[in-house]
Amino acid sequence: MTEPLIKIVDLHARYGSSHVLHGVHLDVGKGEIATIVGRNGAGKSTTLRAIMGILRSRTGSIRIAGQETIAAPSEHIAWLGVGYVPEERGIFASLSVADNLLLPPIVAAGGMSIEEIHALFPNLRERGRSPGTKLSGGEQQMLAIARVLRTGASLLLLDEPTEGLAPAIVQRIRLAIDAMKARGQTVLLVEQNLRFAVKVADRHYVMENGRIVDVMDRAEVATKMERLQRHLGV
Amino acid sequence: MSPDQLFGQLLVGLINGSFYALLALGLSIIFGLLGIVNIAQGAFYMAGAYFSWLMLQTLGVNYWAALVLSPLMVALLGVVLEKFIVFRVYGPDHMPGLLLTLGLLLIIQGVFVYIFGAVARPYPTPDALRGGWDLSFVFLPKYRVWTVAVSILVCFATWFFIEKTSLGRTLRAANENPVLTRAFGVNVPALMTFGFGFGVALAGFAGVLAAPLYTVSPLMGVDLIITVFAVVVVGGLGSILGAVVTSLSLGVVEGFTKVFYPQASHMVIFVIMILVLLVRPAGLFGTEK
Amino acid sequence: MATIETAGIKRANGGRPLIKPALWTIGFAALLIMPFFVYPAFLVKMLCFCLFACAYNLLASTTGLLSFGHAAFFGSAAFTAGYAVKAWGVPFEVAVLVGTATGFFLGLVLGFIAVRRQGLYFAMITLALAQLVYFLAFQLPFTHADDGLSGIPRGYLLGMVDLNNNYAMYYTTLVICVIGFAITFRIIHSPFGSILRAIRDNQPRAISLGYSVDKYKIMVFALSAAMSGTAGALKAIALRLATVYDLHWATSGDVLVMTLLGGSQTLLGPVVGAVIVTSLHDYLAESGLPISVVIGTTFVLCILLFRNGIVGELKQRLKL
Repeated sequence: MTEPLIKIVDLHARYGSSHVLHGVHLDVGKGEIATIVGRNGAGKSTTLRAIMGILRSRTGSIRIAGQETIAAPSEHIAWLGVGYVPEERGIFASLSVADNLLLPPIVAAGGMSIEEIHALFPNLRERGRSPGTKLSGGEQQMLAIARVLRTGASLLLLDEPTEGLAPAIVQRIRLAIDAMKARGQTVLLVEQNLRFAVKVADRHYVMENGRIVDVMDRAEVATKMERLQRHLGV
Repeated sequence: MSPDQLFGQLLVGLINGSFYALLALGLSIIFGLLGIVNIAQGAFYMAGAYFSWLMLQTLGVNYWAALVLSPLMVALLGVVLEKFIVFRVYGPDHMPGLLLTLGLLLIIQGVFVYIFGAVARPYPTPDALRGGWDLSFVFLPKYRVWTVAVSILVCFATWFFIEKTSLGRTLRAANENPVLTRAFGVNVPALMTFGFGFGVALAGFAGVLAAPLYTVSPLMGVDLIITVFAVVVVGGLGSILGAVVTSLSLGVVEGFTKVFYPQASHMVIFVIMILVLLVRPAGLFGTEK
Repeated sequence: MATIETAGIKRANGGRPLIKPALWTIGFAALLIMPFFVYPAFLVKMLCFCLFACAYNLLASTTGLLSFGHAAFFGSAAFTAGYAVKAWGVPFEVAVLVGTATGFFLGLVLGFIAVRRQGLYFAMITLALAQLVYFLAFQLPFTHADDGLSGIPRGYLLGMVDLNNNYAMYYTTLVICVIGFAITFRIIHSPFGSILRAIRDNQPRAISLGYSVDKYKIMVFALSAAMSGTAGALKAIALRLATVYDLHWATSGDVLVMTLLGGSQTLLGPVVGAVIVTSLHDYLAESGLPISVVIGTTFVLCILLFRNGIVGELKQRLKL
């Protein structure tokens, strides 16, 4: 079996003196789409931040594309082919929409061209010159996803992409994730929206109090839906 | 008061405004990117003047070469200081940066006084820029017009670089959200070093321009930087365009005051600063709280 | 801030309760006999700066505001007090009061403008305002611009003690400084001081509790300025000279460096800082080494390594 694109072993992380991740084990194979689901405060976003090197107090092992990155700075991790879409979207107010799209450097070949991006997200073409934050929430989310699609990143970290968005936009994001799958990209998705998660993902990691407490494959979800819902308290 | 006097002072006002603009621009860039108010900007201005004087004295390097080489040397000095000292005070609190650069100002100034003495050195006006144009209502010295023109050009070029180029875009992004910019693969620390070097190089460039006008002395930067601080309080540290517009305008106001009420000319910018503070604390173009 | 809060009350060192009072006694005794070992005129100058730094820190420690323009108060008072003695012949005590009052009222005016902003902008504004005062001073006839006001007579203390005697001048200055130090201590430990610290630590909360924060800040600014004025007046009379250098940004820089070098969180810090800086000035002036470089380097090291200043660090290390 080939090594997973990302393999996390016994990841511990801290915010200051607060110990938030208690030994997370997680891996995602090349071309897979995996989600981390769980309640608020379970540590899902924290995990993505730890992978990205934004959260610096980490111990354990995070191997991406065969390289150990537990001590690496964010910029190094990005160049290994990791694209990050933060929960807060992180659209730059001092940059136009077009500039936001062009900001992240191309880290590998095979990224989407501007035309392909505009085909996927038509709104972005029209709004090119507007300041980044003049977009609606949904448009900002699309922009945040679009810009990492351009970079050629092979591992995409998406933090709650559908949060607070109208169904029509959620559908667009679903299409985007399908496009990622079609291109052979690997996706690690944090989601509270269970219905969305089960539609797109091959595997679900359930997180609770900074630990992975359950793993479910797509095939198992239908039968274990009740268990899944109980984890999430819905 | 004759038209000659008036236009003469207008020109001097524009010159002062140009120097304010170059220094304020550097301050803005450094503050935006590094969160540091570089009070040593005056010392880098002085260093720029000294390097060009030194190059002329020892290597016979002329003014035109100095215009390029001197800012580069100042940038190098800035980069070295940033890489070894300045980076240690990065953080949410702006005061340690101001205090550290105050210490650096004392050191740089002291070193230059020690090596060169406090005596002012003259720097010759380049031949091509001697003399002036005699218009009927005013005599325009070539060098002065050149100073204003090239300063405005450099300010415009800086604006263009920051607003319209991809590196400028990356700088603006790093300015706004350095963590996320790093997460995209941008080497933000290197960018910050570059930003510091660029910001002080602007001051160094102003120093070269100033050398033939004001003579070169170790204390030439400090009174200037205090006035620039007042300019920056009026204009706010947020916008590039704001820094330039405010600088030039205040320079002109200062010039005019010299015509009508000479004793107040040194003080008028500070008085304006007080008025602006009472009415609009964030500054005219301020994006700070 | 715990250090200032509990100074003199807490026995942080457990089994060594007498260390602090012992140190204070030794220190005080040293001050009393010092003029017999060190040139009194130099000591007087040093004491003036100790008072100046102490006054500066009154503002800095209670509000967290670092002024870059305190020379305005020091220098203005030097001139008004000096002029009062030289031109109007007022007695010494009155001159010192004149200087103090000059500082106070100038502090009210400058404080009113400056406290609208904090941190960086406050620093820049005070710097610019002091520069304005500096330029104004050049315009006024009685400062004699570059020459300064010289030949200020020392006069008599309370009409009895001849202050031309350096020892008399020293002890008089010492008494005034000790009073100033004691007043600072009282202000810091008063309810007024507590409110200031509350404003410093959480201004929005203080506002929501109904405090007019600006008024408090302006008042402590004026008090700090007043005491800086006292120091300036003393200096002018003791050294018989007031110059525009007393109003210069370098003097503002000096007192800032003194305070931070010694440590802003302690009462003694600024005093120690003042001793170090004035001694350095004196020592280096003779040796020809560049003063700015030495002071600047010390200051940079202080910012990078001892954020609490020398006294602050010592207090932490020795657990006093």
